[in-house]
Amino acid sequence: MTTRRDFLVLACGLAAGTAHATPDSMQEAVGKVTGGRPVTKGKVKLDVAPLIENGNSVVLSVSVDSPMTAAEHVKAIHLFSPANPLPNMVSVYLGPRSGRARFTTRVRVADSQTLLAVAQLSDGSFWSDSVAVVVTLAACTEEVK
Amino acid sequence: MARAIVRVPATAKRGQIIEIKALVGHIMETGFRRTEIGTLIPRDIIRLFVCTYNGEEILRADFHPAVAANPLIEFTTIATESGKLEFKWTGDNLFSASESAEITVE
Amino acid sequence: MGRDTRAMQDDDATNPATLWVLDGEALWNQKAGAAGKACADCHSSMKGVAARYPALHAGKLLNLDQRINACRVERQKAPALQLESRDLLALSAWVGRQSRGMPIDIEVTEQLKPYLESGRAAFNRREGQLNIACAQCHDERWGARLAGNPIPQAHPTGYPIYRLEWQGVGSLQRRLRNCMIGVRAEPYEYGSPEFVELELYLMWRARGMKLETPAVRP
Repeated sequence: MTTRRDFLVLACGLAAGTAHATPDSMQEAVGKVTGGRPVTKGKVKLDVAPLIENGNSVVLSVSVDSPMTAAEHVKAIHLFSPANPLPNMVSVYLGPRSGRARFTTRVRVADSQTLLAVAQLSDGSFWSDSVAVVVTLAACTEEVK
Repeated sequence: MARAIVRVPATAKRGQIIEIKALVGHIMETGFRRTEIGTLIPRDIIRLFVCTYNGEEILRADFHPAVAANPLIEFTTIATESGKLEFKWTGDNLFSASESAEITVE
Repeated sequence: MGRDTRAMQDDDATNPATLWVLDGEALWNQKAGAAGKACADCHSSMKGVAARYPALHAGKLLNLDQRINACRVERQKAPALQLESRDLLALSAWVGRQSRGMPIDIEVTEQLKPYLESGRAAFNRREGQLNIACAQCHDERWGARLAGNPIPQAHPTGYPIYRLEWQGVGSLQRRLRNCMIGVRAEPYEYGSPEFVELELYLMWRARGMKLETPAVRP
């Protein structure tokens, strides 16, 4: 009989013994995007419920304060996780045709953690926001087949 | 088999910012799960989503295993002219799904 | 059920179960079996049907999935679809969707009474290593929290559901099996009379509530 912890590990896609994203691998992943340039907290709003009903599918929105003109717009928004098996979650590439720098999607959140959104602007600057989320277990589940 | 559902307004005014929703059916197997006997289930995910508007790319997204099963993405674009929006998802094991929607812009 | 989950459910363009509903619609219109008939060839509107199940058919209590299979075998002369298979869930999701917004309506006839009582007894009976009855959580402690999640009254208003835990669509029986495993009881087999009677009791208990099929649940 799998224990609760084992089941959570299996269900959320973490194999027992798999390396989780570490603070180092997260730094590396963010670094790949920013090329080492500074990331400033601001302009970005990461919208996600602080208490998550089920880590398998978490609704998440990111919006960036930007006029989205040809001269001044958001080129990309990247989402990172420090506690999932991999640090990268999703990257969305926008442009002046987007109208608004905003998207909504559904992600997997393996454990309680602080999610990070980084936006890349057309002037080469990077901005971010982060939100701490708590993941609860679904009550009454089944064995993984 | 219903592969994808997209929602685009049928009509819009020129210059109006419109909301688009695109949902695709896919298991998004992370590659980290194991069977009951411990065998690793190989990764099988969508890697790329591209949306074009009369042939011009308006949004692109890289999906990683953290994207939930049956991925949904909601985004906006400016209604510039009448025509066709095309949505394409590609991924592991030669996965490919596409959908399109027409829009009339006044 | 959180605000985000409800929003996901209420919009067909964001509800992943819509993929199953569309598949169900295609199957509904597809000719099948030796009789070469599609469901659509005999049936017009299915509005209100899902809200009345489980129901008696030829003296046997059947849930909607079993009733669909009965039609397949008897009328279409096609093999029954496996319980919990994607095709059967798709058909059940499509049929259920036609009753969305309608109140659950179980008419308790004399013939139905013994099944209902059997289901009620099952709901109130302690089971499993944890020795807990459904009623203890869902009648007596709804609203309280279990492992961080609120305990619902457990009304099956939206089946088949897209359960985030499954990352797919499943039936009420699948959910009930999860409950039974949750209290460390040996779950009944899919399609067993014990399950159908329990489904009947649960639907009767939820009578008057609006059907939300296909719902999204954590």
